[in-house]
Amino acid sequence: MVEVTLWGALGQLAGGKSKVEVEAKDIRELFRKLAEQYPGFEPWIDRGIAVAIDGTIYRDTWSKKLPEGAEIFLLPRLAGG
Amino acid sequence: MNFDPRYSGRSFTSVGTRPIRPDGVDKVTGRARYGADFNMAGQLVGRILRSPHAHAKIRKIDTSKAEKLPGVKAVITAKDLPDLTDGDAAMYDILDNCMARTKALYDGHAVAAVAAVDARTARQALKLIEVDYEILPHVTDVDEAMKHSAPLINDTIFTEGLEEKPVKPSNVTKRTQYGHGDVHEGFGHADFVVERSFKTEQTHQGYIEPHACVASVSSDGTADLWVCTQGHFVYRQHCAQLLGMEASKLRVTSSEIGGGFGGKTHVWAEPVALALSRKAGRPVKLVMTRDEVFRASGPTSATSIDVKIGARKDGTITAAEATLRYSCGPYAGMWAEIGAMTAFACYKLENVKTVGYEVLVNRPKTAAYRAPSAPMAAFAVESAVDELAKEIGMDPVEFRIRNAAQEGTRSSYGPVYGPIGIGPTLEAVKNHPHMKAPLGKNQGRGMACGFWFNFGGQTCTDLNIGMDGSVSLAVGTVDVGGSRASLSLVAAEELGIDYSQVKAIVADTSSLGYNDMTDGSRGTFSSSMATISAARNAIKILRERAAQMWDISVDDVAWEQGHAVAKGEKHGNLGKLSLKEIAAQSGKTGGPIAGHSELVADGAGVSFATHICDIEVDPETGSTRVLRYTVVQDAGKAVHPTYVEGQYQGGAAQGIGWALNEEYIYGKDGRLQNPGFLDYRIPVCSDLPMIDTQILEIPNPNHPYGVRGVGETSIVPPLAAIANAVSNAAGVRMTHIPMSPPRILAAIEAEREG
Repeated sequence: MVEVTLWGALGQLAGGKSKVEVEAKDIRELFRKLAEQYPGFEPWIDRGIAVAIDGTIYRDTWSKKLPEGAEIFLLPRLAGG
Repeated sequence: MNFDPRYSGRSFTSVGTRPIRPDGVDKVTGRARYGADFNMAGQLVGRILRSPHAHAKIRKIDTSKAEKLPGVKAVITAKDLPDLTDGDAAMYDILDNCMARTKALYDGHAVAAVAAVDARTARQALKLIEVDYEILPHVTDVDEAMKHSAPLINDTIFTEGLEEKPVKPSNVTKRTQYGHGDVHEGFGHADFVVERSFKTEQTHQGYIEPHACVASVSSDGTADLWVCTQGHFVYRQHCAQLLGMEASKLRVTSSEIGGGFGGKTHVWAEPVALALSRKAGRPVKLVMTRDEVFRASGPTSATSIDVKIGARKDGTITAAEATLRYSCGPYAGMWAEIGAMTAFACYKLENVKTVGYEVLVNRPKTAAYRAPSAPMAAFAVESAVDELAKEIGMDPVEFRIRNAAQEGTRSSYGPVYGPIGIGPTLEAVKNHPHMKAPLGKNQGRGMACGFWFNFGGQTCTDLNIGMDGSVSLAVGTVDVGGSRASLSLVAAEELGIDYSQVKAIVADTSSLGYNDMTDGSRGTFSSSMATISAARNAIKILRERAAQMWDISVDDVAWEQGHAVAKGEKHGNLGKLSLKEIAAQSGKTGGPIAGHSELVADGAGVSFATHICDIEVDPETGSTRVLRYTVVQDAGKAVHPTYVEGQYQGGAAQGIGWALNEEYIYGKDGRLQNPGFLDYRIPVCSDLPMIDTQILEIPNPNHPYGVRGVGETSIVPPLAAIANAVSNAAGVRMTHIPMSPPRILAAIEAEREG
């Protein structure tokens, strides 16, 4: 079980929660279970959500493991120049 | 991804050296081929008709007279680019921006296009196209656009991110919020509070090379596009989607690029060129004029920002708050959100809150510009930080050191930081001779910090070893700042050969797997990771071939300094085999030797910089002169230090122009008044001092060599560093960028008058 912190827009889709608990071993499973739990997340996941695991931001490595006790933050996928 | 990206702490032979750039001779002799340098047999000239109105309904477009003009081979409007975006709102906006459908949304918005046998005929044809406009009220100012009385740009927009869905549409597409703690409580603990409002005007990336392409669509439905871009694979995806083509049937080749800085990250005129070619049945060359680049490509946001910061007498910040309003042009964006995330990222804050508002205006579609949105937020925050330090009576560097984020700090945008470099850049600045140099009359010194995220992304690379032992490296990230030299150094390092044996090219979209574009400071970070992986795959094959040549087990063959070495006492008599010797025998040991890599480079690692600037202000005219400028930035590992220094200097130079001169000026009619380099003044060499640089190397734990992106962070601190310098020189706080002579003079006179 990992605790996931949501940013504002996702928090609204999760009924105003800023944190949710999910049983997931990697980013792929995390997104799948979040979409099951909160169908409103699906278009956001399709557009791209970044996952910060202990401060390191992952945008596309969905196989990345979520260590027990790690700090996990969801962030919008940003543009660069 | 079967590749371990962790930092290994190894020493280097090639990486960190400064060989001459492989593209240098062609560039200085004019042989390098940029977007407009490519030609095809039978090509036509494409030209675009643009709206002269800031906001207008398109009632009717009559192209019949233009079509009858001898020499005109195709005329297109939005009807020739039907909506195939299938509900993808971002792509629909790109489509509508390429060719207006029902409304022209800004001065310069494309409404029709022609392809003709020559430029004169094309220009004549544009004049024969009749557009019936119904002129609508417009708004170009970000604060004005937020008012309830402002003309609505898109009446389907209801602000997202509010607790309750609004009942009326508005020009505010989204509200976002970041932070933690309780700012109200934090301000209650403050002995000093600074609260100010700031504005920054819209600027353009100012790349020297205008957008240019040659499109050729064949009757069998396949197509070629030669184009100046930061991401040819992304352009392929966009164009294929907008024209209803299979991506594999569109081959996109990227030209050399004369600057992009975020402005060449999505399509502007390329789908138009393809649609013209499809209709005309001939290749079409389309080159934007400078006027078109200013009016109809993607500048950065204009902003309006309120900042409030409180601190105790001992210099500890107790709370920080900002409200950021960013213009997006006429289409939704997330520019204020990025500003809200980056604004306070340099600091360790218990209580912080940032709110961003994305605002539609009748200006060109906002595009990324080098660390997009961060420089404006840093200008507001770092100005207030400087002012707060002054009120407390602390040195501005010491004040920042006291409050700097460090490993374990919760960032203002959420996650806790790993190892970061803001503290070391501040310590380096504190000890830099620049900070101790004397200043003269009317001169001031300013410093400021900056942050940028940096990204990685999808990356694919091929490394081919020729039979003569030379190495070809094919990468898919466009070289915007010297990555071919850096990646050649990385290949040489891994293989243990000389840099001169490696030749890197940017491959076209049909020759290599998909690559994300070169943005987010990712080019060298991502492609170096893929190059290391490809080289290690090639070494595995080289070892196998050496084992065949020696007739021993591959397990007994190691790769050391560019040679296969037989290990173990039983092979003691075998001499080393060089890469060249193995390559020469490749035809007899299994065929060509190559290494391939496809991976997602993630974990780019955030980046920090601190800049120092000395300015002289003429109090009679308000004119300024930058006397001295120093950039200190963490590079993780500088693969080619000269290029890294170039990135630092380039960011500072662009920031100096942004801070002091550059500005989109709109008339009351909503038309851009200064779409050219005479009236939109970017800095030239004579405006700038030698920009001094100091590279710090705090390894990124998520890259084998410790590399971080370096391309963008250098533009984040200049606006603030220069504003602090001008404020110190002029004796008045400057709150409006650019600090052009009239604004400085007005501020000095207002201060005198009290």
